[in-house]
Amino acid sequence: MVEQILNHSYLALFFPLAGFIIIGLGLGRESRKLASAVAIAMATLALCSSLALAWAYKLTVLEQPGLYPDQTLVATRTSWLNFAPGMSADMGVLLDPISVMMLLVVTSIAFLVTIYSIGYMRHDPGFVRFFALLDLFVFAMLGLVLATNILQMFVFWELVGVSSYTLIGFWYEKPAAVAAAKKAFIVTRFADAFFLLGIIVISQQAGGFDFSLLNSPAIATLLNHQVAILGLDVNLLSLTSLLIFAGGWGKSAMFPLHVWLPDAMEGPTPVSSIIHSATMVVAGVYLTARMFPLFAAAPGTLTVIMTVGALTALFAAVIAITQKDIKRILAFSTLSQLGYMMFSLGVAKTTPGGDILVFGYSASMFHVFTHAFFKCMLFLGAGAVIHAVHAGDLEQMGGLRRRLPWTYCAMLTACLAIAGIFPFSGFWSKDAILLAALASGHLLVFAVALVTGGLTAFYMFRLFFLTFHGAPRHGHTDPEDPWMTCAIVILTVPTVFAGGLEHLFTATVIPALPAPLVHSQAAWLPWLASGVGLTAIAGAWALYGQGDLRLATRLCQRLGLAHRIIFNKFYLDEAYLFVTRRLIFAGLAQPAAWFDRQVVDGAMDLCATILQAGGQTIRCLQNGQLQVYLGAAIFGVFFLLTFVYLI
Amino acid sequence: MNGPLLLTTIWLLPFITGLAILPLNRDAHQKIKQISLLGNGLNLLLIIFLLLRFIDSAPTMPPGSHASHFLFAYRTAWFSILNIEYNIGVDAISVLMMLLTGIVIVCGILASWPLEKQSKEFFILLNVLVGGVYGVFVSLDLFTFFLFYEVAVLPMYLLIGLWGTGKKEYAAMKLTLMLVAGSAFIFAGILALYFESGLQSFDLSRLALIRFPLAFQLWAFPLIFTGFAVLGAMFPFHTWSPDGHASAPTAVSMLHAGVLMKLGGYGCLRVAIYLLPEGAQFWLPFFLVLVTINVLYGAFCAIRQTDLKYITAYSSVSHCGLVLFGFAAMTFAGLKGAVLQMVSHGLMTALFFCLIGMIYSRTHTREVDDMGGLMKVMPFLSVAFVIAGLAGLGLPGLSGFVAEVNIFVGAYANPATLNRICTVLAVLSIVVTAVYMLRAVNSLVGGPLAGRFALLTDASLLERAPVTILLACLFGMGILPGWIIKLVDNAVHPIFNNMMR
Repeated sequence: MVEQILNHSYLALFFPLAGFIIIGLGLGRESRKLASAVAIAMATLALCSSLALAWAYKLTVLEQPGLYPDQTLVATRTSWLNFAPGMSADMGVLLDPISVMMLLVVTSIAFLVTIYSIGYMRHDPGFVRFFALLDLFVFAMLGLVLATNILQMFVFWELVGVSSYTLIGFWYEKPAAVAAAKKAFIVTRFADAFFLLGIIVISQQAGGFDFSLLNSPAIATLLNHQVAILGLDVNLLSLTSLLIFAGGWGKSAMFPLHVWLPDAMEGPTPVSSIIHSATMVVAGVYLTARMFPLFAAAPGTLTVIMTVGALTALFAAVIAITQKDIKRILAFSTLSQLGYMMFSLGVAKTTPGGDILVFGYSASMFHVFTHAFFKCMLFLGAGAVIHAVHAGDLEQMGGLRRRLPWTYCAMLTACLAIAGIFPFSGFWSKDAILLAALASGHLLVFAVALVTGGLTAFYMFRLFFLTFHGAPRHGHTDPEDPWMTCAIVILTVPTVFAGGLEHLFTATVIPALPAPLVHSQAAWLPWLASGVGLTAIAGAWALYGQGDLRLATRLCQRLGLAHRIIFNKFYLDEAYLFVTRRLIFAGLAQPAAWFDRQVVDGAMDLCATILQAGGQTIRCLQNGQLQVYLGAAIFGVFFLLTFVYLI
Repeated sequence: MNGPLLLTTIWLLPFITGLAILPLNRDAHQKIKQISLLGNGLNLLLIIFLLLRFIDSAPTMPPGSHASHFLFAYRTAWFSILNIEYNIGVDAISVLMMLLTGIVIVCGILASWPLEKQSKEFFILLNVLVGGVYGVFVSLDLFTFFLFYEVAVLPMYLLIGLWGTGKKEYAAMKLTLMLVAGSAFIFAGILALYFESGLQSFDLSRLALIRFPLAFQLWAFPLIFTGFAVLGAMFPFHTWSPDGHASAPTAVSMLHAGVLMKLGGYGCLRVAIYLLPEGAQFWLPFFLVLVTINVLYGAFCAIRQTDLKYITAYSSVSHCGLVLFGFAAMTFAGLKGAVLQMVSHGLMTALFFCLIGMIYSRTHTREVDDMGGLMKVMPFLSVAFVIAGLAGLGLPGLSGFVAEVNIFVGAYANPATLNRICTVLAVLSIVVTAVYMLRAVNSLVGGPLAGRFALLTDASLLERAPVTILLACLFGMGILPGWIIKLVDNAVHPIFNNMMR
């Protein structure tokens, strides 16, 4: 049985793909019932097969640690692309603790989002198309998660990118949606170009693509030397690992490549929920975890990761406080949480004694796990609110507590979870991250994490109070939809209880690292973190709790310029527009196009003109008039005679 | 049917089809098209049959082999005073290129079904052109090779000049003159090979055994390579391409960008690199710089274009640059990637021009800024256009990625600093490609639909046929590249070994 399951491990990927093909090619625009039936069936089958796979993995690998010392099992593998003799890339299914964890997260969230979407998309003309694209995304995401080698990961990495592109631009008639889709694709593509470069460099050195090969200490030693690039002395290992990390930088929307994620909220809310919060955007974190042994061996790489992560966490949380659109706030919150996961990996590095502080690694993966559920739920809840009031602006909400009771309760648990309040799931994973930051000795990062935790609690409860409390600031409200409510209610279970699984992460989710592991404890830390969180919630209550916004408005006015800068996201979008429009389009592409037409093509035309002019000149000689020929002949003879005479 | 006869039939069949059209009435448009489709469809089946037989009978070459092994070879004296032979045979590269030609011409004929203007002459010329293309791919005698090459290039003048749009006479003239100038280089080079070898022979296989003196190779290689590279749109000899492609009618654009430009790459590989390896080793770094310019410069130029055909033409400049880039990388994976890119780009660009033709016939504009929201009224064409754009930007799962990643990996495998720098630049070009592709795609299918387009209809069944065929090929090659790579591996090994000798 177990054997059978492992041999057919590709089935987890197959079902979403089948769903995509059946719905996308087989069904017409109006077969809504059939499309939702197929979508649910495929999501259920994918969930079941991934549960079976996880079970088989547990029995085979985790319970026989002697046979699988690095807890890694390649269940399926088939050769895909041959480059040169001895160098080829496979397609396969790799099972290890983090891939199994992601497999379960992706399929379970996909299942719930499918149920939810049936309600949310009910009246949309693109209903059938939506489910086809959603299944395509799930397929691509599973392929990414289960990749056995870095090229397979890149292949599916691009595929999730393109399904994200098509789903952000789902409402293709809205210019904003189309523009956001393009922006998301191009920004991540920019990062992916470096990722591809990193893959090329490392595969060239290692002679292969497999993660097991790339992560082996031998490769790190092989690469760990200085090379001169354009006169600069660079460590090849650091360079390569940073190139690879660049892919994660874009995909996980780290500062300053985060600009695409808030705009991506133009897509339908279920899409934001599964792609732009729970699964795809953590692909960058996942990549970093996947390549962790290599990154950890590279001088400086983890420091970069830590810095970028911490910066993004704080930066996004600050912006989130000022935003007015419910989904944008959640988008910035996602950025901030991704920053947490990233710097947590960054602090999980070798201590001066040569030990691995693996706590950061497991804490990061743990946060990926808990965040997926509570953030997915926050988006689904926000979607329910938007569905009810037909607007996303917080200023048009308020007092929805009575109208949407289920959503209200669910959102409350999710907000408590993300704020890190005991005993909700976020409490445990945030606490683990704080502990990791503290134990690594990077006190600045610890401080940032603590402050960001407070900010998070504040802006989440600002959102919560503005939406559900106070007096209603809107007209008609639609009732809750049973499909949507069902998905939301189911999600409360992991949102509340996922924290209880912490021991699984600290016990098994450990990369194959050569150094001994240290754990650390600080009994006062949970008290401090909870204290900060509760204070922030109290602050939010004071400012926004009663539905009286005068105090908050006065505060904004007092802050004046600072508030304006933060509200406009530090004008980074404008800076990007300047670079692309003014510098690249007008400064590079326009001259290139002009040069091509005027100079290069002009040179060709000039050749033709010269030849033509030459022809015109010579043509005069062949004019067919006898007297001219005779005159020329006489002149020639005379000239020749003179010439001969002179010699 | 024995192999050589099959090869002969394949290149003759288009000419026969052309002859069959000749006695028809000028107004028998349907009949003319049906005969063309029949002839070329049959030919495509023959090529598929050839491919299957080729796969069956191709021996796995020992990796150390230096001489290309041609199957179904046949030779007989043709013009014995000058030692010109009728000498045919194929290796995997030629078979794949023939397959590409077969697919593109069938799709091209289907796509030009609405054409009514002087259809008789149009289809005769089209058939002659295709016959020439097949002739090039089966020829192992450089003289017949060149002869067929000219047969393939010259009908283009009339096809663009008579059936084109816009500045068609100017475009046709420019295209023909530039390509013929390239041909002059090639012919001079071939004659030089003929005499310098001391064999007085045009036989490719015999010439390949000769080690030409270095001094000779140093001037003959750039001559022949440049001559072919003009057709491969190498910077700065690419400017015929935007005007030519923009003016040409749909089927001609498809055939020209899809197949004819590949003759350039094919010639570079088969003649210049294969016969003059030392010259290649000396000169290719220089050409590497030129084609890196191609790749980036074509992409940047494409960003600022507003006409769909110009965007596609400049993207062709960039993508065909990658073909030559793969050659110039001088590594195994690079050469292989270049061959794959020839196939991939042929399919992709044929699809692009096919779709642009269909969209233009509805909207009567090719300006991207004038369009928008077409997804609503023509979902099939729009989705196909999106997929074509994604193939163009090298999305995995479509053919472009397989070719590009081979080229990049191959180019980086060469440890020379110049190669490394050029590889980095070429890899970064994928971002620029994404910018212009998505810009075209988004402004075409996205945004609000203009009122005057509200009544447009989606593709008819007949129009869906070529699009579906090309899409299937793009996906097939992108998802299951294994068999095609195995074929190409076999053919590239000897050429690579010879180059590195």
